[in-house]
Parts: sequence; C-alpha cells; structure tokens
Amino acid sequence: MKKKLVIIGAGMASGRMLEHLLEANPDAYDVTLFNGEPRGNYNRLMLSPVLSGEKTYDDIVTHDDDWYAAHGVDCRFGEPVVHIDRDRRIVHSNLSSAEYDALVIATGSAPFIIPVVGKELPGVVTYRDLEDTNAMIDAGMAGKEAVVIGGGLLGLEAAAGMAARGAKVTVIHLMGHLMERQLDPAAGYLLQKDLERRGITVHCKGATKAIMGHGQAEAVLLEDGTVYPADLVCMAVGIRPETRIAVDAHLEVERGITVDDTLRTSDPHIFALGECVEHRKQLFGLVAPLYDQAKVLAKTLLGEAAEFQPVQTATKLKVTGCDLFSAGDFAEGEGREDIVFRDPGRGIYKRLVLENDRIIGVVMYGDTADGSWFYGLMKDGADIREMRDTLIFGPAFQGGAAPDPMAAVAALPPEAEICGCNGVCKGTIVQAVQNGATTLDAVRACTKASGSCGTCTGLVKQVMALTLGGAVVEAPTGMCKCTDHTHEDVRRLITSMGLKSIPAVLQELGWKTVGGCHSCRPALNFYLLAEWPLDYQDDRQSRFVNERNHANIQKDGTYSVVPRMWGGVTTPAELRAIADAADKYNVPMVKVTGGQRIDLLGVRKEDLPHMWADLNEAGLVSGHAYSKGLRTVKTCVGSEFCRFGTQDSTGLGIRLEKLLWGSWTPHKVKLGVSGCPRNCAEATCKDVGVICVDSGYQISVAGAAGMELKETEALAATPSEDEAVEIITAFVQLYRESAKYLDRPYKWVAKVGLDWVKDRVVADLESRRALVARFEISQSVYRKDPWAEHSTTSEMPKWAPLADLTLEAAE
Amino acid sequence: MTLFVDIGALDDIPQQGARVVKTAQGCIAVFRTADDTVFALDDRCPHKGGPLSEGIVHGTSVTCPLHNWVFDMNSGQAQGADQGMVRTYPIRVEAGRVLISARLATRKAA
Ligand code: SRM
Ligand SMILES: Cc1cc2nc3c(=O)[nH]c(=O)nc-3n(C[C@H](O)[C@H](O)[C@H](O)COP(=O)(O)OP(=O)(O)OC[C@H]3O[C@@H](n4cnc5c(N)ncnc54)[C@H](O)[C@@H]3O)c2cc1C
Ligand code: SF4
Ligand code: FES
Repeated sequence: MKKKLVIIGAGMASGRMLEHLLEANPDAYDVTLFNGEPRGNYNRLMLSPVLSGEKTYDDIVTHDDDWYAAHGVDCRFGEPVVHIDRDRRIVHSNLSSAEYDALVIATGSAPFIIPVVGKELPGVVTYRDLEDTNAMIDAGMAGKEAVVIGGGLLGLEAAAGMAARGAKVTVIHLMGHLMERQLDPAAGYLLQKDLERRGITVHCKGATKAIMGHGQAEAVLLEDGTVYPADLVCMAVGIRPETRIAVDAHLEVERGITVDDTLRTSDPHIFALGECVEHRKQLFGLVAPLYDQAKVLAKTLLGEAAEFQPVQTATKLKVTGCDLFSAGDFAEGEGREDIVFRDPGRGIYKRLVLENDRIIGVVMYGDTADGSWFYGLMKDGADIREMRDTLIFGPAFQGGAAPDPMAAVAALPPEAEICGCNGVCKGTIVQAVQNGATTLDAVRACTKASGSCGTCTGLVKQVMALTLGGAVVEAPTGMCKCTDHTHEDVRRLITSMGLKSIPAVLQELGWKTVGGCHSCRPALNFYLLAEWPLDYQDDRQSRFVNERNHANIQKDGTYSVVPRMWGGVTTPAELRAIADAADKYNVPMVKVTGGQRIDLLGVRKEDLPHMWADLNEAGLVSGHAYSKGLRTVKTCVGSEFCRFGTQDSTGLGIRLEKLLWGSWTPHKVKLGVSGCPRNCAEATCKDVGVICVDSGYQISVAGAAGMELKETEALAATPSEDEAVEIITAFVQLYRESAKYLDRPYKWVAKVGLDWVKDRVVADLESRRALVARFEISQSVYRKDPWAEHSTTSEMPKWAPLADLTLEAAE
Repeated sequence: MTLFVDIGALDDIPQQGARVVKTAQGCIAVFRTADDTVFALDDRCPHKGGPLSEGIVHGTSVTCPLHNWVFDMNSGQAQGADQGMVRTYPIRVEAGRVLISARLATRKAA
C-alpha cells in the first residue's frame, strides 16, 4: 500500500521537491498538498515582472491544475493548516484534515512588519505573494505617490515595479546605503544613482516613525521629521520564517524549524524545507539552496541517503538596467585583501575579496558579465595566485593596460566648468588645444583657464593631455595614495560633476582603495559639506577623533573641554559653572588658554556628554577648540573701558564670533580685534585681524603665529562696522570655497594672491554679497552647538563602553 | 574551540567606527567596517598607547588617532614603515549580535 505524504505549503521549495519525488518514484506516496494561498505553485521570483507589467500571472504558473491532476495530487488550496496532531499523525485545516505517514512543512516565510503607528491602515501592503502584487497594481499607480520602506532586494524590486507603472516612488532605507547585506558602499552608491535616474527618490539613514492618515495611508513620517506623501506604502523590511504551526506542535524551533542534514525535524515523521527552516544555525532567503534541499528531501523520503550541504549563493537584482552581482561572505577572515577596479566613465565597479589566494567575495556593479566566472572560482576555491594581476579584468583578459586615471576628466561633458574664476568650460579648452594652443601658457593666454587663482591647473593640463592624445604631462601629486587627483582637482570635480557623497567621489573619480584613508576622507568630508551644505550629510566617521568627539584627545586618551567665551568675556555665573564641572568630574587641570578662555584638561570620554549637559545648562556652548573651523576671536577691552580705545572692539569681536561660530573651514580660523593700534589683541598675526582706528576699521588677513610667523596683509579699510563684518564673512567664505584642506589662510592667500582675494571680497560688491549669502546658507545648517546634540539621553550611552566584561569576571 | 559571549548589537557600533569593551585584560576596541565586518583589537597602540578605537576606519585598516600609524585589522600588523603589532581577538556577528571570545570574560590565569 502507498504511504501517505502530506505537504503544508505549495511554494517554490515544496514544488521542486514534488517534481523530484514524483519523477523518481510516482508510486511511493499518496500526496495531499495544503496551501494557504488559494492557488498552486507559481514562480514567486517572477512577481516583480508581474508588478512592473512585463509579465502576467499566467506566465509565471509552474504547476497548473492539469499537472496536479495528472500526478494524482490531492490539492487543498486556500486551506491553511491550523493544527498538527503529532500523536495521531493528522493535520487539520479549518475545512478538512488528512492523515500522514510523512509530513513536510514548507510554509516559507512571512514579511516582517515594523511596529509603527499606522501600520494597519488600508494602503499599507507587504510584498510576498500574488495578493500583495495585485494590491499594488490595483492601487492604480500612475501619477500616485508610493513609499517603499526597505531598500533591500524586495523593496527595490517593488519600487522599480511601481515606478514602471508610473508611480512617483520614494524608498526609505534604514542603513547608509542600499542593499547593504549584498553590496558595499561603492556599489550601493551606483545602484542608488541608477534608481534616481529613473525617478525613484532614495532616502538612506531614514528610520520610519509613523504612517499617517485618516482611514487610509496618506504619508510616511521619519524620525528626522521628513514627511513623504504616500497613497500606497509597501513594507519590505525583511522576512521571518513562518514557524507558527511548528511551534504550536512543539517541534524544535530556533529562528526557523530546526532540521538535520536529511531535513528531518525533531519529530522523525516530520520534515521541513525552504525558508521556514534553520539548518546548522543558518536561515535561507534565496531559492538556490532551497532547490538543493528539495533534491535531498525527495531522496530522504524515498529512503535514499542524502545530505544537504549549503553552498554560497549569488544575488542579482531583477530590475532592468540595474546590473549588480554579489556573492560570498565579506565577513571575517585574517589576511584578507581587496582587488578593486573602477571605471568612472562607464559607472563600473568591481571588487574581489581574497583570502589565501582564493576569492571569498565578489561585488560587481555596472558590468557583471564576469560574475559567474568569479563565482565559479570562488565556489571551487580555485587558487588565483597565477592570474592575480589580471584577475579583475575577467576571463577574457590577458595582460593589458592599467585603468585610466584620467577617465573622470575624459567623461566630463564639454560644458563642464573647469576654471571657476573665469568660467571656462572643458569644450573651450579642447577647442583651444585643437586650434594649436599646446602649452599651458598658450591655453591660458587664449582662454584665461587657470589664469587667476591657478588651482585648476592640474585639471586644465589633464584636459590638454586628453586632447593632445595622451602626451605625458608631469603627473600632479595626488591627495594621497588613494588617488592621483590633486586636492584642487577633486574640489572642482565635486562641483562640476555634482558629487554629493564620499562613495560618489570614490567611485566617480576612480579611487584606488576601497574606503579611502585617514588623509583623504576628512578632506572629502569638508569639501562636500562646503559645496553642498543643504544636501550633504556630514560623515562623522570620516572626521578626525577631535572633531568626531568634539573635544581634543590627550596623550593618555582623555579629553579637554573648552567652552566658548565670546570675545574672551565671561561672567561670574559661567565661572561658577566651570568650577562646579571641574569639581564634579575631577578635572586634573584647569588652564587659561592662549585664546582667552578656560581649558578643562583630562576628562574621561564617558563623562564628556554629562559635563557638556551641565555646562549647557549654564548657557555655555562648545568652543570648538578642536575644529578645523572658527576657534577664537581675541579682543581687547576697547572704547568701552580703555582710555585709548577708538571703537567697541570687544563688541565687534563678540559679534564676529557669534556670526562665524560653528562653521567648518579648511583649517582653523582665529580672529583678533584690537581697539587701537597698540594692538593688545595681537590682531596682526591672526588669520583675520581688525585694528580699530578713529576713522573706522582696518582689516588685515593671512597672518601666522604658529609654526610660521607672518604679519597680516592689509585687505580693506572701512568706516562702517557692518561693512567690516560683511568683508570678513566674505573672506572666510571664499577661503572655505577655494582653499585646499589643511592650508591655513596665509598659505592659501600665498597661492591665489591677495589681489585675487581683494577683487572678490572687497572690490566686487555683488561677489561679496553672494559669498555672504552662501555663508549664511551653510550656517543655517552648521551654526549649532554640538554639545547639545550629543548630550541627549539617547546619545549619552554611545559615549560609554559597549560592554564591561570585567563585571562578569568578578562573578 | 572558541566560546563566544554576546557584547551587544551590531547596530550599536557605527559603520566605519568602533566601540570599546572593558575586560580584565584591558580595553578592547571593537570595530565595524563599511560592509559590516567586525574586528576586535587591543585598544592600545604599540607606539605610544593611543586609543585605536578613536581612529579613522578605512577598508579593513584603522589609523591611530595620535600619530597616524596604520594597522591592518585582520592581522593587527602595522603597515608601511612602522613596526609593531596589536593583538587581535576572535569575534563574530550572529543574527545582528556581536559575539567576542569568551576568554576575555574570564580573569587572566594567575
Ligand atoms: C590649549 C592651547 C594652549 C594653551 O594652553 O594655551 C593650545 C593647545 C593645542 N594646540 Fe595650539 N593651543 C592654543 C593656542 C594656540 C595659539 C595661540 C592663539 O590661539 O592665540 C597658537 C598660535 C597661533 C596659530 O593658531 O597659529 C597655536 C598654534 C597651534 C598650532 C600651529 C598652527 C599653525 O598653523 O602653525 C597647532 C598645530 C595644528 O593646528 O596643526 C596647534 C595645536 C594644538 C593642539 C590642538 C595639539 C593637538 O592637536 O592636540 C593642542 C591641544 C591641547 C588640548 O588638548 O587642549 N596649536 N595654538 C591654546 C588654545 C587656544 C584656545 O582657547 O582655543
Ligand atoms: C517578489 C519576490 C522576489 C524574489 N526574488 C528572488 C530572486 O530573484 N532570487 C531568489 O533566489 N529568491 C527570490 N525571492 C525569494 C524566493 O521567492 C523564496 O526564497 C522562495 O519562494 C521560498 O520558497 P519556500 O517554498 O520556502 O516558500 P514560499 O515560496 O513562500 O512558499 C510557502 C507557501 O506556504 C504557504 N503557507 C504558509 N503557511 C501555511 C499554512 N499554515 N498552511 C498552508 N500553507 C501555508 C504560503 O501561502 C506559501 O504559498 C523573491 C521573493 C519575492 C517575494
Ligand atoms: S605648543 Fe601647543 S601643541 Fe605644542 S605642546 Fe604646547 S599645547 Fe601642545
Ligand atoms: S600612539 Fe598610535 S601612532 Fe603614536
């Protein structure tokens, strides 16, 4: 007599298992197949083409009624199993029941719903089955707004599908880049760019706070306060194994239903496969290993020996035009190495992770043709030592040229601006060269390119070299070992190519390392925030420790805390608060600095936010004694008290400090304002100095009193305090916009020339006002106290150790 | 076989950043790279004791915040011209939790 086989779930895994079983021995079992969905087996992977309209449901059915009839399968579709009676070996749905000799659980997984307010509103869907897909299609998407929560594989397929039907789609993703489980930041950046190109908005680092609406989803609110209107919200934040009936039946269940290598559960009569299982602590979310499970289980059920061995799987995204490939494990491993190839012009990125001369991980974007070749080498554990040098170029490549460092410049369109001072674009330079200007001087003479501040010289030379057909130009020294581009070139390309993130710069400008280094990352972070104050998200991890922790690190790992004393003026209350903080946190040294304020030295990191909160309470804010930004404005007592004072130098100093504080600059900026030419505030050796005289204000700039000593040079004189403030602000902004990172103003002025500076901040009123306006835009974001931000109850714990294992040791 | 103890969630460590774990053998810096690999190293630079946990993380390297020595976090080896080695410890991520060698949770053998 035939034995009875009952299967719960007609999905991808059990469908494949049935095929193997019935093919090997059609007479072994009578099969009863329950399915929660009111239909049989279809290709779930292909729901995305159905959503986008490229396919219909009929196209993706794998087993139709005729197939089940021909194989004698007793189908109970639309009947979810609600109970397994292990003692009597019967399963029950609400409509019927079936006895079994062997039972297979193949219930797949269920979408994870984030527990936010509004999650149950009509218009909020998940993405798992045909019902979900139809719900999205039926929402009639053309012209409507859809929000997808989750920027993983599923979320992006949903987003692309809805966009293809004409919806205006926004993807909200919690992590820093899309598909972070499969992609590194560089590939994630390229993917985001491709999606944005097709009109999809991508919001990374976005945590959903609530779904808003009255009786219907209307908008999604994020923790950062952003609101996206939404006629439809698709939640695609992850899946978890559907184990409910197994748990109720008291089978062994961890995250999934535990199975051994033969796919048997803790009950010898019950087997499980697919996304609902956990095998050796591993869960599954892609079909390839499930198909292997199907093969093994078919054999197990027929009494043949077989063992399931998971292999690493590769991921592709089924979105037309987004060509990505990812395989392998990027985690762990001593002695790992990377091989990186970037072709900025064509938007290509390839990265191989090697260990012991073997490939252990592959990420590719833009050109994935060689993906399966690398994947094969990886699966086979092939030794790649012999072909290491050319490996990244794929199987077809033997020997050949290194990637082209000038690709970024080559890819610039003719209208891209190269010389900002004179508004010369690439096409003009190319034309000049073609008309016979083959030396830099000649190009300068006929186009003015690089003729003013000169910081674009490197780029101009590269455009010339390209036009001349690769004639060798003396190589400009790059920012660091990660790139051959100079600081100046990178700044300019960030502007002309519209690059708005560090991964964007690394990719488009062909960085040679995976994640930059300690030298280029802080510089890039500054260039990006200076160029795109409103768009760029400051990257804290690309900042040097002092700026990351808003305090100066000391030789023993403690920190110093310097509150701002505007213009060097303080009050008894402030002094008391400082004294109290020094007592409370056992500060080993309290010192008056050379910048007219007080330094609390030797503070432990975990005390910082608490001390800041105390100081904030007394009205004190960060003095930025650690920043490449505005440090101090040193003042003297001036006309308010001094018998020689000509103007209110203290007041002007305070006004300047309140205006300029919080701004980030290429290097630190210090000001001095003296009330008369006796110059008690040492204004004439500062980055910007003001000497007050009877007739007004003498402004001088580019002094130095640190590693070099240099007197300031006269910039302007004006009778009006307002105009003095305006000129100084414009000077600081010009410095921010055009200096190389870590050049103090005196170094920068020496490069661009004081006359060039004067033209822009003194003579040309329109340019001065525009600089001031741009400074104000930036300050609308950055004129804020970092201490307040970091001393909130949610931030404070991040300053303490992650764990304290000494406590456990003491047990 | 290495036994592991849970020290916290992966998300408690910023990407391209680090957190410190206190142990009876001193502070351990636990790093998380841009692609979520984790490393555990002594939080003491062999040069002059700088806290490596405060360094800039790039790829699988970290730069000491005090004088810019660069260490490969896989091996703990100083890169380039600098000579030195930081001790590394077994660490891994499982289901979003960071697990570190349980040996660090026990007292140093006397
Ligand atoms: C605290 C203070 C010394 C003091 O006890 O008085 C100080 C302390 C440091 N200075 Fe300074 N400088 C201090 C006033 C100065 C002055 C005088 C001034 O501001 O009037 C100068 C000369 C003027 C100038 O800025 O050039 C000065 C020129 C430097 C330099 C050389 C800069 C240069 O371009 O030549 C450095 C190194 C650097 O920045 O790269 C430096 C760097 C440092 C650092 C940040 C070293 C470091 O990177 O760790 C010191 C931090 C100690 C700490 O933990 O707080 N410090 N430093 C002064 C803080 C002023 C403040 O209230 O913010
Ligand atoms: C839109 C989409 C795109 C995808 N794209 C890819 C891809 O490109 N590549 C890839 O490898 N993977 C992809 N996947 C994942 C892949 O579809 C799954 O890994 C696979 O379907 C899992 O197979 P399964 O048999 O374990 O579960 P499923 O296919 O989900 O089948 C489980 C079935 O069990 C039923 N069920 C659940 N509980 C009960 C119950 N109590 N009683 C009766 N029936 C029940 C469910 O209704 C369901 O029909 C995609 C998934 C989706 C949703
Ligand atoms: S001069 Fe400045 S940098 Fe040098 S030891 Fe003194 S405080 Fe430190
Ligand atoms: S202490 Fe680390 S480099 Fe000096």
